[in-house]
Amino acid sequence: MIVIENLTKRHGSTPCVDGVNLTIAAGGVTSIIGPNGAGKSSLLSLIARLMDKDSGRVQVDGLDIDTTRSEVLARRLSILRQDNHISSRLTVRDLVGFGRYPWSQGRLTAQDRAKVEEAIGFLHLEDLADRFLDELSGGQRQRAHISMVLCQDTDYVMLDEPLNNLDMKHARNMMRLIRRAADELGKTVVLVLHDINFASWYSDHIVAMKAGRIVHAAPVAEIMQPDVLSSIYDMEIEVQEMDGKRIGLFYA
Amino acid sequence: MTRLTIGLCLVFALAGLSLFVGVTEIGPLDLLRGDVDAQQVQVLLASRVPRTLALVLAGASTAVAGMVMQMIVRNRFVEPSTAGTVESAMLGLLLITLFAPGLPLMAKMLVAAGFALAGTALFLRILRMVPLRDVLMVPLVGIMLGGVIGAVCTFIAYRWGLLASLGAWSMGDFSGVLRGRYELLWIAGALAVAAWFAADRLTLAAMGRDMSTNLGLNYRATVVIGLVIVSLVSATVLVSVGTIPFLGLIVPNIVSLRMGDNLRRAVPWVGITGAGFVLACDILGRTIREPYEIPIATMLGLIGSVVFLYLLLRTRHNAAA
Amino acid sequence: MPLRERRPALVLVALAIVALIAAAAFMTLGAKGSWAFILEYRGTKLLGLCLVAYSIAVSTVLFQTVTGNRILTPSIMGFDALFVLVRTVIVFFFGFGALVAVPVKAQFGVEVVVMTGFAALLFHWLFLRGHRSLHLMVLVGIVFGVLFRNLSGFMQRMMDPVAFQNLQDTLFASFNRIDPTLLGVSFALVLTASLLMWRIAHSFDVLMLGRERAISLGVPYRRRVAMILGIIAVLVAVSTALVGPVTFFGLLVVSLAHVLCGDGRHRFILPASVLLGIICLVGGQTVLERVFAFDTALSIIIEFLGGLIFIFLLIRGAAR
Repeated sequence: MIVIENLTKRHGSTPCVDGVNLTIAAGGVTSIIGPNGAGKSSLLSLIARLMDKDSGRVQVDGLDIDTTRSEVLARRLSILRQDNHISSRLTVRDLVGFGRYPWSQGRLTAQDRAKVEEAIGFLHLEDLADRFLDELSGGQRQRAHISMVLCQDTDYVMLDEPLNNLDMKHARNMMRLIRRAADELGKTVVLVLHDINFASWYSDHIVAMKAGRIVHAAPVAEIMQPDVLSSIYDMEIEVQEMDGKRIGLFYA
Repeated sequence: MTRLTIGLCLVFALAGLSLFVGVTEIGPLDLLRGDVDAQQVQVLLASRVPRTLALVLAGASTAVAGMVMQMIVRNRFVEPSTAGTVESAMLGLLLITLFAPGLPLMAKMLVAAGFALAGTALFLRILRMVPLRDVLMVPLVGIMLGGVIGAVCTFIAYRWGLLASLGAWSMGDFSGVLRGRYELLWIAGALAVAAWFAADRLTLAAMGRDMSTNLGLNYRATVVIGLVIVSLVSATVLVSVGTIPFLGLIVPNIVSLRMGDNLRRAVPWVGITGAGFVLACDILGRTIREPYEIPIATMLGLIGSVVFLYLLLRTRHNAAA
Repeated sequence: MPLRERRPALVLVALAIVALIAAAAFMTLGAKGSWAFILEYRGTKLLGLCLVAYSIAVSTVLFQTVTGNRILTPSIMGFDALFVLVRTVIVFFFGFGALVAVPVKAQFGVEVVVMTGFAALLFHWLFLRGHRSLHLMVLVGIVFGVLFRNLSGFMQRMMDPVAFQNLQDTLFASFNRIDPTLLGVSFALVLTASLLMWRIAHSFDVLMLGRERAISLGVPYRRRVAMILGIIAVLVAVSTALVGPVTFFGLLVVSLAHVLCGDGRHRFILPASVLLGIICLVGGQTVLERVFAFDTALSIIIEFLGGLIFIFLLIRGAAR
């Protein structure tokens, strides 16, 4: 369980995360949605201690992120940000192997190696495992990064817009994979998503942000309502149901 | 592992060759037969062996320092001589020569290393002021910063009559290496080994602050460790034999093309290639115009700039494709 | 007229006055003994300094015009290192005697032709093979410079020590050791180049707008640019022959000229750069030589300031 109390972060004088209180239960997929500049990515980075907060508290399974050693936290919670440009030439297997760093400090044991192969297999990267990252396409590289994060084998996995730069097919496969990670591996996955329909189709919970504050946090069905969505995005959004899933329509 | 052994053998062969090249004729067979006079033994022990060891140590450590620098700056085109590090070390050495000429070499080296550290930190600071970090912008800023610090050095050297020393420092040359005058380079060698021990952390740091924090690494501490290694190696090599330009740039790039940048794998290769490269250049410089010598800095400047041009134009080619 | 429009003209007048004062100070300060001798001795030096200032300033402005940016200068692109290399190659293959035996004009001729050839190659590569990044161009230029310098160094080590020493002496002149025998031919060359420049000067502002715009406005682009590069080669050859390589001087004065004028048109920038060049060289030399009694320090100070400006331009350029 991740517990966030009164979390605030300012850029200059304007707060980008403004007094957020939120509890993310263990298990399942939680998506954070909201308009541009709502503070979604900042919230994720603050939880994962990539950004220093101004005030407030964050606890991951009872561990306060301020007082817990970074390497201990790295065995509980992993994060992948949007822009993961790596200028060094590493193979896919090297990269995924670094996911074991929090556990092995670089000296991979037989068990670590098994985990690496498992993570590579989970993302179907076997054929690419010995290729260098700069020889891969954008989608393949994204999969390699996700594989590294899974190999880190943390209970909590946070992904900041994992669908960026993916075409429709790859985006859908990525979301299926995230669903599998939650269902089969028992991970708690927290995502920042732009597409409300991907969020609706694949998540259990949705957290909606606006201007640095949480405006809604509830199971999917409660958020995917025309009036709720309209208030989040300041536009008319129609909601239809298909196969028990809710889809927002806002193209008209 | 076997390929690494072959590489090591090649370096040993070059080192062996280096022992027997020079004005005083000493043949390997004569040495084995014990058919050498006292003067030949003297030349061998006082000059040839130290020179060969110095070449191996300086070559390997300079190349490794270049690689470490590329990891912490996250840029393929930096090395101590394209980042203001070498010029800063020179400034430190110049000032200590002026104000405390009597200090032992070790102390001078440490002062130079302190300046190198400060200069490199300044370089990183300037980089942070550049919002859009074009890959090529980084070495450009570094070269110019080096030029500015170099101008300060030249001015001081000019004003207080130290231009000859400055010239010697900026022109790496192994012809003056004698027993008792190169031993500091063992420190550089030890630092290269230390870099190998820190290999995983440095590789992680090269993946960026966010990703290394996510994996529980203390990013700042790792960058500092890297900077200290680079500064100490640069200062040691500078004090012992002078600057060896471009070595730290071209060797890691060549190794990276084949092996990638996972330092645990790459560092031994970078060290071996660096040592072999410097040995080869030095032997060439000694033989091409006997009895005169062409300093290693000129040889490497020539070969290094051609390789650098190739790397520059190749990258762009790839980016366009 | 409002002040803003008159500013460039006022700046030019002010610069001209300062330049005159600098020249007067250079001629008279600390003079002892026969005036006839002093006037002739210092006059020759003054003429040399002015020629150098003119050549470097004009070649830098023109180079920035054809390359369309404010960071590149001929010396940063390795031109003066090339000059040193050409000299070295001549001595290497034909002995030092060749450098002495061949008349100065012929030597200049060879050097200018080679440098123009290099300029043409560089230009071809920069402009005709698609859009290259500015940073790549600069870096490649710098590394070419390093390559040329090391190639020269290598060849100098390979030649016999006497020729090496003699060659060194012709290459590493400084601001206060201008060779008077070169002045006549330098002056003639600069004058010819300037006359050529005068005839096409009206198109400089248009060229600054970029290749496409210039062509659509009816400028014969390739021919014009080739001619300008030829002029640049002559000017760089003259200045390098007179005082040796000075990497950042051009960048320094042209950047200052832009700051002072606040108007990028060539009718202001060209004269302002030349005047600033004269002020920096003549004034700087006077101050250092007569006031502080340093003699060769000026080039070092110029490198220092020029390097700082370069870093500043880089950082600011990226911010935009």
